[in-house]
Amino acid sequence: MTIALKEIRHGQAFTHAARRINAALVVFLLFYLVIGLLQPNYLEPAGAMNFLRRAAPLAILAAGQLFVLVSGGFDLSVGSLVTLTVVGGSMLTANDPGNTWWAIGVLYVVGLLVGLINGAVVAYLRTPSIIATLGTLLSVNGVAMMWSGGSPRGYLPDNFRMFGRFVFHDVPVVKIFPVAILVLAAVCALAQWGLHGTVFGRRVFAIGDNARAAQLAGVEVGSARIAVFVISALAAVTAGILLGGFGGVSVDVGVGLELQAIAACVVGGVQLMGGRGTLVGAIAGALTLTALFTLLTLLGWAQPLKETAQGVILIIAVAFGAWRRRRTG
Amino acid sequence: MSSAEGVVPAFRMRRAPRAPLLLFLGSLFLYIGVAIATGQTRMLEVEGAVGLLQRTVALGIVAIGQTFVILAGSIDLSVANLISVAAVLASFIMQGRPEMMLTAVVAVLAVSAVVGLINGALVSRLQVSPFIATLGSGLILQGLLSASFTNFAGSVPIEFQAVAYGAFGPLPFSVIGLFVLAILASILLRATKFGAHLYAVGGNAEGARLAGIRTDLVTIGAHVLCSLTAGVSGLYLASRLRSGAPWVGRDGVYDLESIAVVVIGGTLLAGGRGGVWGTLAGVLLFAVLDASFNMLDVSAYPKLVLRGAIVIAAVAVYTFRSRDLAA
Repeated sequence: MTIALKEIRHGQAFTHAARRINAALVVFLLFYLVIGLLQPNYLEPAGAMNFLRRAAPLAILAAGQLFVLVSGGFDLSVGSLVTLTVVGGSMLTANDPGNTWWAIGVLYVVGLLVGLINGAVVAYLRTPSIIATLGTLLSVNGVAMMWSGGSPRGYLPDNFRMFGRFVFHDVPVVKIFPVAILVLAAVCALAQWGLHGTVFGRRVFAIGDNARAAQLAGVEVGSARIAVFVISALAAVTAGILLGGFGGVSVDVGVGLELQAIAACVVGGVQLMGGRGTLVGAIAGALTLTALFTLLTLLGWAQPLKETAQGVILIIAVAFGAWRRRRTG
Repeated sequence: MSSAEGVVPAFRMRRAPRAPLLLFLGSLFLYIGVAIATGQTRMLEVEGAVGLLQRTVALGIVAIGQTFVILAGSIDLSVANLISVAAVLASFIMQGRPEMMLTAVVAVLAVSAVVGLINGALVSRLQVSPFIATLGSGLILQGLLSASFTNFAGSVPIEFQAVAYGAFGPLPFSVIGLFVLAILASILLRATKFGAHLYAVGGNAEGARLAGIRTDLVTIGAHVLCSLTAGVSGLYLASRLRSGAPWVGRDGVYDLESIAVVVIGGTLLAGGRGGVWGTLAGVLLFAVLDASFNMLDVSAYPKLVLRGAIVIAAVAVYTFRSRDLAA
């Protein structure tokens, strides 16, 4: 019986996933096609690789956020953690490339700590995650400001920036291959495995669906909750390391990224309040948002109007998802 | 397990009415304690106390509205952006001319009501999760506003500045206004059918629907009220700053702070339980913290760090005993 059930569930999950993924992927491909029509070099391998490189930080944040969202929570602290990573990286390395490797290690430890705090506050103090991570957002931002004195300048050492900036040339087929895409691919593989291929992943879904039922079924809700926040925080540090390679050091690198990451997941069909979502959807959502921003830049829209467009697409995506759930039940 | 579940709500219900008072007294003691400890006793005289109260007005008004949506089981992240829209719209229409004051106020309230209507309809009719619906509408508002205005736009006439600077004896109009608004909101919640329905919808939307309540109208009503308070808060800020700029709402972080004070005031984030007085006590706590940090001469950045920790701690005081597993 268990086998039969499993097959049915697999079958359903497959059609379900296929239907849901298609929406975000289709929209992304549509956007990308329009981008390609406006600026043909986006259709060449090098253009596509560069697009993926720029989308990588948001996609990584979305992959981390996905775990928290599926478990039924929010992580609003990732944007400030990105800022802290870039600012902290610059303070720790102090322009000496020799410091890069241990600095990155320290940054991951900081991320681990922030994730542990978020998770412990939500799991044991039972504080709603939206408030708990709002608190850490404020605090982490404050730490970044204190550490840097408020107005850091300059750039990270070259070997630190390598992750976001370095590009392999003369690669067959794709011509160029940015390191950022390698990082993104590794994160995707880990996240896909963690969420869709392990018992832990199933527990995360179970908690998001019905935490009480999961607990009664023997899931350790507390430790699983802590784990999802740690995953999200580590993803944020990774995204921060990439973003440090993209531009200079400033205290607003990460501003608003938490909402963009949540938006990316939502566009990709991840359900807020938990229980539903796929990695493919989250990544497709991040690519869709990045394509939207690229498209609007090409069309010469002012920065503020991009926010407006993001708001519109967010509402449409969720209204569409809700409409389809009502129809299909 | 079942006995524990029976005990928790009863415990909460007994405690709920006292929470605002405790929070209020705690804030008061903190303020007085810090003032005495740092020797700044003039902060305890009328002027200092009035200054403290004045700090609560802008956040207090919008937090009252936020209380309504959170009680209904929704949330509103668009208030900060709507505050900016209201402030800019008001000062842009007035352009320093007193005869345009009424037009500007009506226009601001009308725009606010429409935004609330849209938020409410998205949440209740299209079933968009309130987090996304109001985040989206906030982004739309902010985008349109920042694309149209890049700096302070227009100005408000002296007559309108009375809203923020006028006073009745030692008490500013604005503080009295906030208090009156809180009393009205409290009556609306405690003594009207709408209030009863609001608690019912927030407590159990499906149950309320089955009991014959038009839950969609209740949700829309709560969102319209919330947006209206954001509009009023924007008008107050325009008056206080003498002009409106497209960043006044975001700089005040009114979206997240209003949610935080509502929850600190003992209103359940999931809806259905809480009230306006707790929210006001939460607003007072925030004002007291700001004032205390100033008296203690804490510099800007550690202030941020402490503030985050205090938000978590203040909410955890309510939640850590709960058996609720939701995140």
